[in-house]
Amino acid sequence: MEQAPPDPERQLKPAPLEPLGGPGAVLEAAAGEETEGTREDSSGVDTMTGNDFWLKKIEISVSEAEKRTGRNAVNMQETYTAYLIETRSVEHADGQSVLTDSLWRRYSEFELLRNYLLVYYPHVVVPPLPEKRAEFVWHKLSADNMDPDFVERRRIGLENFLLRVASHPVLCRDKIFYLFLTQEGNWKETVNETGFQLKADSRLKALNATFRVKNPDKRFTELKHYSDELQSVISHLLRVRARVADRLYGVYKVHGNYGRVFSEWSAIEKEMGDGLQSAGHHMDVYASSIDDILEDEEHYADQLKEYLFYAEALRAVCRKHELMQYDLETAAQDLASKKQQCEELATGTVRTFSLKGMTTKLFGQETPEQREARIKVLEEQINEGEQQLKSKNLEGREFVKNAWADIERFKEQKNRDLKEALISYAIMQISMCKKGIQVWTNAKECFSKM
Amino acid sequence: MDGERLASGSSELAVGESPRGGAPIPGGSGSCSLMQADVLDLDEDEDDLEVFSKDASLMDMNSFSPMMPTSPLSMINQIKFEDEPDLKDLFITVDAPESHVTTIETFITYRIITKTSRGEFDSSEFEVRRRYQDFLWLKGKLEDAHPTLIIPPLPEKFIVKGMVERFNDDFIETRRKALHKFLNRIADHPTLTFNEDFKVFLTAQAPELSSYKKQGPGLLSRMGQTVRAVASSMRGVKNRPDEFMEMNSFIETFSQKINLIDKISQRIYKEERDYFDEMKEYGPIHILWSASEEDLVDTLKGIASCIDQCCKATEKRMTGLSEALLPVVHEYVLYSEMLMGVMKRRDQIQTELDSKVEALTYKKADADLLTEEIGKLEDKVECANNALKADWERWKQNMQNDLKSAFTDTAEENIRYYEQCLATWESFLTSQTDLPLEEDSEDKI
Repeated sequence: MEQAPPDPERQLKPAPLEPLGGPGAVLEAAAGEETEGTREDSSGVDTMTGNDFWLKKIEISVSEAEKRTGRNAVNMQETYTAYLIETRSVEHADGQSVLTDSLWRRYSEFELLRNYLLVYYPHVVVPPLPEKRAEFVWHKLSADNMDPDFVERRRIGLENFLLRVASHPVLCRDKIFYLFLTQEGNWKETVNETGFQLKADSRLKALNATFRVKNPDKRFTELKHYSDELQSVISHLLRVRARVADRLYGVYKVHGNYGRVFSEWSAIEKEMGDGLQSAGHHMDVYASSIDDILEDEEHYADQLKEYLFYAEALRAVCRKHELMQYDLETAAQDLASKKQQCEELATGTVRTFSLKGMTTKLFGQETPEQREARIKVLEEQINEGEQQLKSKNLEGREFVKNAWADIERFKEQKNRDLKEALISYAIMQISMCKKGIQVWTNAKECFSKM
Repeated sequence: MDGERLASGSSELAVGESPRGGAPIPGGSGSCSLMQADVLDLDEDEDDLEVFSKDASLMDMNSFSPMMPTSPLSMINQIKFEDEPDLKDLFITVDAPESHVTTIETFITYRIITKTSRGEFDSSEFEVRRRYQDFLWLKGKLEDAHPTLIIPPLPEKFIVKGMVERFNDDFIETRRKALHKFLNRIADHPTLTFNEDFKVFLTAQAPELSSYKKQGPGLLSRMGQTVRAVASSMRGVKNRPDEFMEMNSFIETFSQKINLIDKISQRIYKEERDYFDEMKEYGPIHILWSASEEDLVDTLKGIASCIDQCCKATEKRMTGLSEALLPVVHEYVLYSEMLMGVMKRRDQIQTELDSKVEALTYKKADADLLTEEIGKLEDKVECANNALKADWERWKQNMQNDLKSAFTDTAEENIRYYEQCLATWESFLTSQTDLPLEEDSEDKI
């Protein structure tokens, strides 16, 4: 049996889940209000959108990162980074914000939250987390998780994740998400008590379904292909971009050497000295300008990376569909075979092979009473089966409907975001060109005064 | 480096040859009266050089067409950019490298075309083929004749690193350009331009040149000179006048710096090339992506096109660097080695004098003979010093102008590169942001 049907109302209600006989998490309704979520993409800037599901506007920011040491599960000393999450509620009238909650979380807790969301909202394209380890690095970038630049970019990525969840029409109402933002201690236990890990579909089952499903909805098959392509092309792009960045860095930095040599040379030149010296200064400026330029580009790369990871989220939804569809197909097949068995028993013909049929042949016919009993059992099973098939069918259609709605939402978001990212890339290039023109114009002037 | 200087055959010079062929300048028994003020004032050498390089581009190296005006006078008119009276009367081009294979060796010859209106030339136009060895010979002769003049440098005999095949196209082209420069610098030099060996080099057909070459001092005597030169340079110079101390110190520092600049410039070229190689792959990925994104097709294709255009601009920038900056800087690297040689030769001449003077204090017996020799040597030293001083000023002026141009041109190339890229990206941005409002994102990151 799979999990409860997708329940957009599963938020802020007691015991929203129907776990398999487990104690279940009793999630009390939050004391009092529901709060509003907003679509935000930078801390502090909130915009009212059509998706205000929380009564009050909130601003979420991941404002700090801190290195900590502690003891892990096996009591070993470890170093990790903790991130400060601040939630502010904004009064409607005057736009002032009041800090309502502030707590520290580490990356693994974000992961826990996301895994929970994946299990309970399988029809949703769940926003991805920033990468666990630095990938697509070029030589100057560190692959070290403790590196301050990496930590900073991760901080931004985590904030982005929270904002995406908070602005999702369904996810934003989740109780566990709310507690993530508000309840520092005990949150992990609370999540684990939901028993969501048990509910998660096994990888193996999902893989099996993928191969054996006969009639998945075509749109999901196409979506899967799309997500594979998206992942492949963005990976490729990021790899090459990293190499290009590396080379560009080289070009700029080597010019810096001119600065020192010109300066030394200018010492022996009477007329040329001043021109050389100041030209050398401009070469230094040129060389150091690349640092900021590439820093900006790194943010662009992060925007693309988010969609690289989104590809996996898309695939997860497709897998869920395949699993449900396969389940449905199996149940239907099972029902059909039972019906057939029943028919055979009733009419006495044996058209299909069955163990009972064989043993009957070998050991003699069964008594009419026995046969009756068996038919009765089968009929009960068939009844049950028909009920289940009906509900599975319903579930399946609900899933497809909800999933597809979210996918459409996602597509629009993706198109907007990627277009914006690409345009911002163009803007970065423009800025780089302008800086280049300025530096070289200055240098040229110095040279011509030599 | 191949211009290995043979010892100044100064004693031999004084005997026979006039150091410069052609019109003898009145006054002055020997070689000292070269540097007369009016010779220097004639042309601003910088204009000559710039004019010449423009000339080179006019006369397309690879397709020398007989239809081009051949009279030197019309060529003067063609290239006259300055208002000053252009007194150039010797035009030289180096082109059309050809490979020659014999049983013993393979070598390249270059065609040298000379056009002149000078009386001392038998004709107004000459075409000969010379190989690198011939250039080496010429350089050696010039150094012998003018030990303290700054002879232009020759390109290196071998490129040390990265060259598998001696005769690859880039190498040949670079060398050709450098040889062209070499001859033109000689032509522009107020003294060297009248050198007899130079004239023979430009005009004699191959067999004549061979026999002419054989007339020079024999190998053994040259070896003797080398030994003497090395010996005297090791002794060092005691009384180098201040101005030459300054010169020497300048040369040392300059040499260091120009070498560094050479390395840096070559490195920049390499980095730009690597950048270009990566960029070539970058644009097409966006096209690939556009195949799976209906709504982003225009944007992605636009970006791909911008990247490709910037790629082309990068290529141009690289070419600019390799034409405007690298050869000039490299020539001055070679010049700086040259200069050190010139300093040594000057020092040697002085040492000769000094040792004779010293000898005089000890060997009273040959006092008269020595005194006479000393007299000659004093003249010689004075000539050498004056020649060097004047040529030094000229050289420094040229150096400043050449390097200033080269760097200014490079800066200009870079400006142009960025301007091109800017235009590309700006037009892309305009096309994207002119779209109808609903395309605009509400969420500005």
